[in-house]
Amino acid sequence: MKRTEPLEFHQPTSLAEATRIMLDGGPGGYFLAGGTDLVIAMKEKGLVPKYVVDLKRIPSLSGIREEADGGITIGALTTLREVEISPLVVGRYPFLAQSAAEVGSIQIRNRATIGGNMANATPSADVAPALLALDAKARLAGAGGERVMELKDFFRGPGQTVAEPGEILTELLIPPRHPRLVGEYIKFSPRDMMDLAYIGVAVTLTLAESDRRCESVAIALGAVSPTPMRAPGAEAVLLGQVLTEELAEEAGRKASEECNPISDVRSSADYRRAMVRVNTKRALLNAAAGNGPVPWTSRRDRRYA
Amino acid sequence: MSQTIEFTLNGKATSVDAPAHRLLLDLLRDEIGVTGTKEGCGTGDCGACTVYLNGKPVNSCLVLTGELGDADIVTVEGLKDGDAYHPIQAAFIADGGAQCGYCTPGMLMMAKSFLEENPDPTDDDIRFALSGNLCRCTGYVKIVEAVQDAAAELRRRAGKGQDHE
Repeated sequence: MKRTEPLEFHQPTSLAEATRIMLDGGPGGYFLAGGTDLVIAMKEKGLVPKYVVDLKRIPSLSGIREEADGGITIGALTTLREVEISPLVVGRYPFLAQSAAEVGSIQIRNRATIGGNMANATPSADVAPALLALDAKARLAGAGGERVMELKDFFRGPGQTVAEPGEILTELLIPPRHPRLVGEYIKFSPRDMMDLAYIGVAVTLTLAESDRRCESVAIALGAVSPTPMRAPGAEAVLLGQVLTEELAEEAGRKASEECNPISDVRSSADYRRAMVRVNTKRALLNAAAGNGPVPWTSRRDRRYA
Repeated sequence: MSQTIEFTLNGKATSVDAPAHRLLLDLLRDEIGVTGTKEGCGTGDCGACTVYLNGKPVNSCLVLTGELGDADIVTVEGLKDGDAYHPIQAAFIADGGAQCGYCTPGMLMMAKSFLEENPDPTDDDIRFALSGNLCRCTGYVKIVEAVQDAAAELRRRAGKGQDHE
């Protein structure tokens, strides 16, 4: 295994300092969070950063908190393991906790951060569809101050975000959601563990108490377009309707038309589309049934059913 | 560009001169000479290099020395309590949980940490926790048995568990 090359290493203790180092240093600098993408890029892909700015000494970037309005704020340096086991996240949005648990191993998740998972902008990032289905926003801080945007607008393409040089993703904001909101994330992948997704589907629904019509619908897809995406056409199929198996099938078909997958070593574009159709339907029906996340031990059954 | 880095290693204050880009795994093995921690894949997939960084199991092949100032690091050498094996080590020996032994340090580290969180696990819980630790010898049956036996022993010592199925 190739070793990393010498580099300049900075450990700022404030956001302003981190941004200044990056602006003064110019091109070739990388922010370091958990390092589970960056260090692998240095070892496997020949990436040689001129300098690295470690964000882990900036205390304000970590932690999960509930806001007064019922929203949840997750600091960008919060590890995926912290998201996975947070009582607040597990209690409120179990599918989001599960999506974090889908990444790598416990060892990886003790290092990998939710902000790094977003800023690395891999189309298959497991946490992205779950956050998109919760209408999450991204807060960034840089030389020009702070800005907040829809998370879906943060992604620009594979490995690319709209962050300006020196700008740092600081927080992910989940707006207050209806107490009856239910959701589901399905990672469809070749192995039960330690693999990337063929495709990922996250859905959230709010069903009316009286007639169980869909008062809110969100469908988000991973690994089937240059960035994690929402499927607005599929959502429109369901909004205001009573979810039936036929309508879930129709929404799945619509989602499979809306996405834009590539063929690669993991699977063909056609297969990805077919799996989006099937798993969108499954996610919708399981979310509506309120069954909670499907345990990993039963995945094999589900896959070949 | 070396710098002096100070941290705690297996309970002892440690100071080394090393460049920031040095991987924690190499720092331990090549600079400090603590070689229980192994390198398997080098990309965070196999878990052979698992150590505790500030109390949490991580892949030491993906940690840069530059981050380690004031860190608390524990390796497999830190598992023993004096001369006595930790129950997880004793169980791996008794149950044949180690075959060639290369993955074992990582398995031990991950299993011990996991049992602290979940003292009474199911076999599936153990398989989930060890999913980032690969054994290429024979499989995981004896490893899972060893973790169950260690769990039973730890519960017995804690004085609150019944014997586990």
